[in-house]
Amino acid sequence: MNPASTTSRRTLCTPPVPASPFPYNPGSLLSVMDLSLDGLSRLLCRATELENMDPLIRDRILAKRRVALLFYESSTRTRTSFELAAKGLGADTTLVSSLSSSIEKGETLKDTGLTLRALGAEAIILRHNASGAAWLLEQETRLPVLNAGDGMHQHPTQALLDLRTILAHLRPGIQNVDAETLTGVTVMVVGDILHSRVARSNMLLLPRLGAKVILCGPKELLPDLAAVCAPGVTIERDFEAALRQSQVVIMLRIQAERLAGMQLDLNEYKTHYQLTGQRLATHAPQALVLHPGPIIRGLELTAGVADGPQSAILEQVHNGVAIRMAVVERALTAAMQGGRA
Amino acid sequence: MTALVIRGGQLIDPAAGVDGLRDILLKDGRVAEIANPGKLKSSDGAQVLDATGLTVAPGLVDMHVHLREPGQAHKETIATGTAAAAAGGFTAVAAMPNTAPVNDSPEITRWMQVPDRAATVRVFPIAAATRGSKGETINDYAALKSAGAVAVSDDGLPILKDSVMREVLAAAARVGLSVIQHAEDTRLTHFTGGAASMNLGPTSFKLGLRGWPAEAETSIVERDIRLVTELRDARPHLHIAHTSTAVAMAAVRQARRSGLRVTCEVAPHHFLLTDEHVGLYNTNAKMCPPLRAAADRDAMIEAILDGVVDAIATDHAPHAVHEKEVEFEHAPNGIIGLETALGLCLRWLHREWKLPLGRVLSLLSAQPAALLGLKGRGTLAVGSFADVVVFDPQAEWTYRATEGRSKSRNTPFDGFAMQGKVRWTISEGRIAYNAESI
Repeated sequence: MNPASTTSRRTLCTPPVPASPFPYNPGSLLSVMDLSLDGLSRLLCRATELENMDPLIRDRILAKRRVALLFYESSTRTRTSFELAAKGLGADTTLVSSLSSSIEKGETLKDTGLTLRALGAEAIILRHNASGAAWLLEQETRLPVLNAGDGMHQHPTQALLDLRTILAHLRPGIQNVDAETLTGVTVMVVGDILHSRVARSNMLLLPRLGAKVILCGPKELLPDLAAVCAPGVTIERDFEAALRQSQVVIMLRIQAERLAGMQLDLNEYKTHYQLTGQRLATHAPQALVLHPGPIIRGLELTAGVADGPQSAILEQVHNGVAIRMAVVERALTAAMQGGRA
Repeated sequence: MTALVIRGGQLIDPAAGVDGLRDILLKDGRVAEIANPGKLKSSDGAQVLDATGLTVAPGLVDMHVHLREPGQAHKETIATGTAAAAAGGFTAVAAMPNTAPVNDSPEITRWMQVPDRAATVRVFPIAAATRGSKGETINDYAALKSAGAVAVSDDGLPILKDSVMREVLAAAARVGLSVIQHAEDTRLTHFTGGAASMNLGPTSFKLGLRGWPAEAETSIVERDIRLVTELRDARPHLHIAHTSTAVAMAAVRQARRSGLRVTCEVAPHHFLLTDEHVGLYNTNAKMCPPLRAAADRDAMIEAILDGVVDAIATDHAPHAVHEKEVEFEHAPNGIIGLETALGLCLRWLHREWKLPLGRVLSLLSAQPAALLGLKGRGTLAVGSFADVVVFDPQAEWTYRATEGRSKSRNTPFDGFAMQGKVRWTISEGRIAYNAESI
């Protein structure tokens, strides 16, 4: 209305966003952003050490410590590898899944977490269908919480094992990473970005090491605003154009369970975004092909690509155990190390 | 009834055009006399409140609260909600009908106002616009009005169907009631997998939460303004509740220029916070409509400073602690606001953004009272109801939700700096809140 107020509007001071109190526990891994590049390097090195260690010695590292796996969604890879990782370090594990517990009777996440803590759990590995569930559990229990996937949000150990796989192929021997380790590398993530915690974790992690991330998919599964969510991330809707720029291709599954009434023509999707042997040979004959699994052969990629020489899909699964050993060990020892320091 | 004298305070009564040192005599629930300091003619035997250094203003009016009675007394009751109102300087609150059952009848409307509810300040029910707030069948507005309803609304839900909304506007206009719209096109905010739980934007994408697009608000506001235009001969009054988006505000601005009776309110959280204040899934920053983008928040501030906004309303929506301690997308919508509105408005609208104190107070009293047709409230002219707030305009303090009088604690403003501390709240001549007798 008056000129004075117009001027003041440009410099309006407004209430600041409060600093995040998370993570409460130094052993928690809720998001890849909880790790500094130094912390990340330590984890990668430790994963290799643990992998190469005599199993009978490794078995004493967390002997008889108690780790709970709390799973609200079905899982093969993540659950099994976390369990093998914890057991490989000598810890006792217990699995609580939503279909065979008091969760079915209406017990809340908070109460389930407090119950596990009262039972002696020293860390909880949580897979949950609601975004943010790991933050809630950590806030209420103050235990080390390892996020094994929360809704559409984050899946930090998946991003770490993807990174370990990428490094093994593109930067063999390097485990101490810095902001330029992946300079010159372009990683594309293809498909159902909107519902993917794997995409969100990788797009936060990889650019911190210097990589470029290209997101690729149709508008319904990849809104334009995805690109403004993290630095170093761009959108390329032309699959073949994206392939030509990339050294790593991460294919994603169409998450039917999260589509929620969305109409998607799968045949059209396949026409534009299926990774076929032909496409790969023509546009990215050297690229490494990754997939967080479960893969649906014949949908997002062909069986030939999944089983082909460029595929590192089973290598990713294998790397999951080493990464998760390092993460579980950190969960149960970070507080002690912090105390000594 | 005993008489009360408020002595030595700075009286600010925007509706009466008063801003100066005055003594006030309150008698029989009304303002009996106003005079220069020491000049009251008939104050013998009255209890005296020394307001030296304090501001004396018409009691605040909140045209949008949820008192949760009947049916959800674990969140709030009329007694606790009005106690919170009094602590925040409010002497009148308009209670939304999304109770259990929905207030769509004269019986419930009356039940909310009887002395048994133990209200500390006046409660003015807003009745449901449609049966059960289902957006289908129109209620008997004449009967609701004579039972005490001051407006109609299906708040919490929109009146979605064009034909129903048109009929609601016409029927309410016939009996002289306002229609308060909760502008949310639920076809854009509810999905088979669940409802949107925050503003649609980069933050919702980052957090992996389903987003509430601004269009869901603006499309309903624009549709409603079209209906008011078509019905303009009947002079319907459309009031947009908790306006949160720049485009909706622009539509209200435009409608007003065209001479339509379209008004709006803004809640403190919508002119202060953005979707980034959701942080890492703070369920106490989850409400409907949600915290918006910075550009929307800035548009709310601008509209307040420009005079387009007609009222500040809190949308006080209590929920029990255990109801909010759940996964973000499962948490209920709503935050409490009665005890923080004045402190936030003075701290930000007045001190930071230089809106004159009289205008801030008008947005919190005279204007909402006028919108609801509350005669004799929102002013302290002689003969008005003795609804008064006395506060220290300079006092700075930190709000602690645990110290509040509401039954619930769900607020994103816990720990926020406030300016202006209520000393007394007087409802119809009775001291409803006294800061020193806690």
